[in-house]
Amino acid sequence: MAVAHPQSPTRTEGMAAGPDGVGAESVRKGPPILSGAEITCRSLEAEGVTVIFGYPGGAVIPLYDALPGSRLHHVLVRFEQWAALAAQGYARVTGRPGVCIATSGPGATNLVTGLADAMLDSVPLVAITGQVGQPMIGRDAFQEVDITGITLPVTKHNYLVQRVEDIAPTIKEAFHLATSGRPGPVLVDIPKNLLIAKAPFSYPTGVGRRGYQPTSVPNLRQVRLAAEAIERAERPLIMAGHGIMLSGASDPFARFVEKTGIPVIFTLLGLGCFPESDPRALGMMGMHGHKHVNDALDACDLLVNIGARFDDRATGRLDGFAANAKIVHVDVDPAEIGKNVRTDVPVVGDAAEVLKALIEEVAERRRDEWLGWINGRRNRPLEAALDDRPPTPEPYTIVRAIAAASNGEAVVTTDVGQHQMWTAQYFGFDHPDRWITSGGLGTMGFGLPSAIGAKMGRPDLEVWAVVGDGGIQMSLSELATAAQEGLDINIAVINNGYLGMVRQWQDLFHEKNYSQVEITGPNLEKLAGAYGITGITVRTDAEIAPAIARARSIKGPVLLDFVVEPEANVYPIVPPGASNSEMLHERRFRDTE
Amino acid sequence: MKQRHTLVVLVEDHPGVLNRVVSLMRRRSFNIDAITVGHSEQPGVSRMTLVVDGEDEEVEQVGKQLYKLMEVLKVTDLTGESCVSHELALIKVAAKAQHRGEILQVAAIFGAKVVDATPTTLLLEATGREERIDALVAMVRGYGIRELVRTGPAAMVRGGPSAGAKENGRPERDRDRKTVTVGDGALAMAN
Repeated sequence: MAVAHPQSPTRTEGMAAGPDGVGAESVRKGPPILSGAEITCRSLEAEGVTVIFGYPGGAVIPLYDALPGSRLHHVLVRFEQWAALAAQGYARVTGRPGVCIATSGPGATNLVTGLADAMLDSVPLVAITGQVGQPMIGRDAFQEVDITGITLPVTKHNYLVQRVEDIAPTIKEAFHLATSGRPGPVLVDIPKNLLIAKAPFSYPTGVGRRGYQPTSVPNLRQVRLAAEAIERAERPLIMAGHGIMLSGASDPFARFVEKTGIPVIFTLLGLGCFPESDPRALGMMGMHGHKHVNDALDACDLLVNIGARFDDRATGRLDGFAANAKIVHVDVDPAEIGKNVRTDVPVVGDAAEVLKALIEEVAERRRDEWLGWINGRRNRPLEAALDDRPPTPEPYTIVRAIAAASNGEAVVTTDVGQHQMWTAQYFGFDHPDRWITSGGLGTMGFGLPSAIGAKMGRPDLEVWAVVGDGGIQMSLSELATAAQEGLDINIAVINNGYLGMVRQWQDLFHEKNYSQVEITGPNLEKLAGAYGITGITVRTDAEIAPAIARARSIKGPVLLDFVVEPEANVYPIVPPGASNSEMLHERRFRDTE
Repeated sequence: MKQRHTLVVLVEDHPGVLNRVVSLMRRRSFNIDAITVGHSEQPGVSRMTLVVDGEDEEVEQVGKQLYKLMEVLKVTDLTGESCVSHELALIKVAAKAQHRGEILQVAAIFGAKVVDATPTTLLLEATGREERIDALVAMVRGYGIRELVRTGPAAMVRGGPSAGAKENGRPERDRDRKTVTVGDGALAMAN
């Protein structure tokens, strides 16, 4: 075990007085003797956890035995994969780690996709899995899998707890690792016999790991080099990534943009870290980025990447990426520097710390001429056409109608595919931590469970899941979860009867060889009825706004089925393997090139 | 520049550490030529010697990825350093009576010890640089090698501080590591 030796039962100094007064109790009569399951619950409470997502099973029965005696609200999902993604939705709106629980064997393996998703998008998650009893480990026992082995590459770290005394320090360390440095998922596997065994409980106050000391404060010399590069640049551009939100750096980032006047482009996950309604915010970059954004990338002489990892969907072909620019890369993870893109000025540190230091080193400046040049590259005919109202609902019309109805304030989750890109392009995110999508892994089915988690985390906010008819059929089971919790979420299905993004690729790059992309589905309105929730079907443009208004007025989950044009494509698109400057535009808007 | 790199990796001595290191190399498509693991001079700290083939930038990336493992305390690239890099080989050579004298002469040239003998075989133990072991193996191959095992190199810098010198709990350790690593774009592990 990789944890500090637990304190002996008689020692009380250095122990946290937990919110439940554990510390005070221990002064009088020593720490309480609790079962491993109780210790697990008390440790989660000590970490400030109030909501967990999970599914019971043989190996975690002792844990579920202890749950009713805790203050934890357990959300019973219908499939463990969605527990991990609900926990992600929770984490991404609250900034606090999400927690999910699964039993051994299939319960644990079902978490894997959710963990991988959190790993690629650097989301803090703590997964607790039951394991078969220690005497059974390695004997291929019923529901035994080597979940620490399986999750090695998709977790920031994982543990197989070996002693009941180690449970509390391990959970302490798991939360520390999940939330510090570059956040990520951490899995704690606890054998069943340890959940039953008893030990004195006191929650440790600190974590000491020799091999783990993430760099938070940047090297000032590197900050000055970055500032010099910014001062010298005539056409600088900021590439804003998820890291800005993960470090809670939206405010210093806004001050930095205000002072330097540098235009901002966003990665898919960076959307919302700075208001898209600000004139300096240009929109999303990359494969489905706006034309003027990718043009700006081509023309810029300095690219300041803050908190993004140069994902291939953002960069396109690397040799054509920001080909005329010096690169400044700010990242908390040193391994990201130079991994994909050659970097001229690396700055390792937490985005908030780096920005605070950088603001001091840069001069006030306006970049109106450069900003004007970029705005001149906008696809005006396309932007004008967005207001056309054809009889069949256009996907982006739906996205814009949801944005308008919620005044742009809603939390929006998505699945993966066309509807995701339409939402990213046209919602217009003005607030951090309200755009919840699967960026790195691209997990279909993500939208509904993450909306459940988001609503549990921020019940005060309006929550919309914008999903496809393919993705929703992967996570339909969670309609029951939403219904059981009585969650006020709206699910907008962009229903084109196709696995749209794959169909689009087959259309554009495989001579329209539509292979296994036609997908039927249930009558969603009736299905909603079967789950005891409201279903609404929308078939014409005129019905969009009234349907959205009705959904917003109904308490509890609402499933909206927007039947759209089957073969609409997402434009612009950078063909796979091409550079961002080689993007394709919709035929009718190509005259602007 | 593509070349062979010898990395010394100090890790916390926990179950599963070797698995984590090897799994990471596989996951990131780094090819390991040789790996040895054993105790170091510090209690609770194991020392691995990894030999990897690759471009300098790739190997720098190996080092950075290794640092992301919680158990990894220190990664040092010995490439280009003045160091001793030796491996041990046990070679069971078919030794008919008429060849025995020649084989013993060859063994003597390479400083190999005879650690076992039967009427038909000699068991040689040799230590030294990889190329030297290669040469010995080539010399005795003609007599017939019945069995061969090589440990892969264990490496250490000559003189000066130990590979873990910056790691002995000094507060500046991490700062040195990260800034030297990345700030200059210099090789991650060189210190």
